[in-house]
Amino acid sequence: MQTYEFPRFAFETPPELAGKAAPRRRVAIVGAGPIGLAAAIDLAGHGIESVVLDDDDTVSVGSRAICWAKRTLEILDRLGVADRMMQKGVTWQTGKVHFGDRALYQFDLADAGRQRFPAFINLQQYYAEEYLVERAGEEPAIDLRWRNKVVDLDAQSDGVTLTVETPEGAYTLDADWVIAADGARSQVRRLVGLDFMGRVFEDRFLIADVIMRADFPKERWFWFDPPFNPDQSALLHMQADNVWRIDLQLGWDADPDEERKPENVVPRIKRMLGDDIAFDLEWTSVYTFQCRRLEKFRHGRILFAGDAAHQVSPFGARGANSGLQDVDNLIWKLALVLDGKAPDALLDTYDAERVYAADENILNSTRSTDFITPKNAASRAFRDATLELATDWPFARDLVNSGRLSRPATYTESPLNSADAFGNVAPGTPCPDLAVRMARAGETARDGWLLELLGDRFAVLCFGVQAAASAGLGDLPADAIPIALLCVTAGESGRTDTIIDAGGHLARVFGAEPGSCYLFRPDQHLCAAWPSADVSAIRSARDQAVCQSRQGAEPTTAAAD
Amino acid sequence: MSDLLRKDLGFADGDAVYEALINAISGLDDQQAMKVMAKLILLLGNQIGDPAVIEAAITVARSETDG
Repeated sequence: MQTYEFPRFAFETPPELAGKAAPRRRVAIVGAGPIGLAAAIDLAGHGIESVVLDDDDTVSVGSRAICWAKRTLEILDRLGVADRMMQKGVTWQTGKVHFGDRALYQFDLADAGRQRFPAFINLQQYYAEEYLVERAGEEPAIDLRWRNKVVDLDAQSDGVTLTVETPEGAYTLDADWVIAADGARSQVRRLVGLDFMGRVFEDRFLIADVIMRADFPKERWFWFDPPFNPDQSALLHMQADNVWRIDLQLGWDADPDEERKPENVVPRIKRMLGDDIAFDLEWTSVYTFQCRRLEKFRHGRILFAGDAAHQVSPFGARGANSGLQDVDNLIWKLALVLDGKAPDALLDTYDAERVYAADENILNSTRSTDFITPKNAASRAFRDATLELATDWPFARDLVNSGRLSRPATYTESPLNSADAFGNVAPGTPCPDLAVRMARAGETARDGWLLELLGDRFAVLCFGVQAAASAGLGDLPADAIPIALLCVTAGESGRTDTIIDAGGHLARVFGAEPGSCYLFRPDQHLCAAWPSADVSAIRSARDQAVCQSRQGAEPTTAAAD
Repeated sequence: MSDLLRKDLGFADGDAVYEALINAISGLDDQQAMKVMAKLILLLGNQIGDPAVIEAAITVARSETDG
């Protein structure tokens, strides 16, 4: 490729093949793509060692996932790579929809108010992986092994034995837990013998990444039935390095081997861009897609995440983004189980919550695909009628579906939510990243972001310093499963970490009254809320969120670490 | 355009309604599908009842269709 040089990561003789002691691993992660790497880095943040096995020795060949959503950037910020991605990536928020040779309408994804991260950035997947690999390299807790291919596995009730093939021979590795993040063609899935449930779409699409200096705006442009690709769809999207993603629907009858030849790709792109724009081909691929998932994401000690667990069409950017939300959901639970602070059953809620999220993604992705590629003349008539009405009739614009872009799942029905609810934010909802003025104990106030303060532990937001103190919430950070205490106040208070909400903005967003409390899980989803502070209610809700049925007093001894 | 017709989205979940409409005609040949669509219009039109509203909708549907 012209704009990117692929790193080659060296194979190193694993201790198992060097005659050294090779202890049983707590976690083995199969696949060093964005999901596997994120899982390893997140585990390291919880102080948990992992070994990551990848059959290749470089990053993603091809740009693949390019749209990184706000929630993903928030997660990647916690993992330490969001700044680099923001710097390199292309920030965008506007989409334009065309029908035939007409621009129909445009939409704006920006939320009101000051935002730390935009709705989306575009960045080639290989950059994201490169940054994650470098970040993983800084963590002594991560043992990243290239050209280590899992070829067999033996699942037991308390662990998994993996057989790994390398250029220097094969070895076996025992792990308490395995995270299968080895992509759509997951080897682990094959070895366990699991099938997908869902739909395969009979359609083919051409992806062409082209290098060009064009003055197109940084926007997502989508065409239904454009003159340059009649009866099919098209998408144009900017990436880093003056690389543009072009996605052209070809139809099921297209011959994939013919269509990816440059002599066929170049004329297609010229028809789209016109003769005046010079471009070079960077990467091409002809793909089909599926909207499907495994029935269960947890199989004993094996946990499936990302494309290994579920797949969607590219319309909506719900692939890599949902995989990173899998990680966000899984790792804090796995860390608590590994530390002996939560029962094994907590990991069943990973399955419940992320299957729910996968179904939401699959539903949205399937609907988009059915709109973009009508299956018969009558559904085509509905589609074109909607598009023709869209210019003058706002209701029709809302029905036009060129991809419902990735939003984080809200776990409304989660067993981890408590019945206690109060205010404007329902349990299961991810916390919005609001701009806040904050003061750590003994420090001067500064501007920051709410999610930075929540961090990756349980945290309770209490509106009122005095309310928190008189209810005894100050003891919560010392629990075996600590709950950080964040007090919201109108003025500064030097004694505790506080959020200074002088204008009452935070209180309005949460629908809070003096004394209201909001409990967040380590993945920053709300799990319960109360009109007034009650320390035992907060502890019960925390216990429910880790599948501990125990009620009442907090034991004083922390579990062994 | 007529003031009799609502311009904003009336469905609580537009994507779900659209999906239901497409499902209603999936697997049918063109003639069968057209008949299902005609029945849908008759049923929904009867539910609305007001001939002025139906007339307004007919005007919009015809005027925005090319050819």
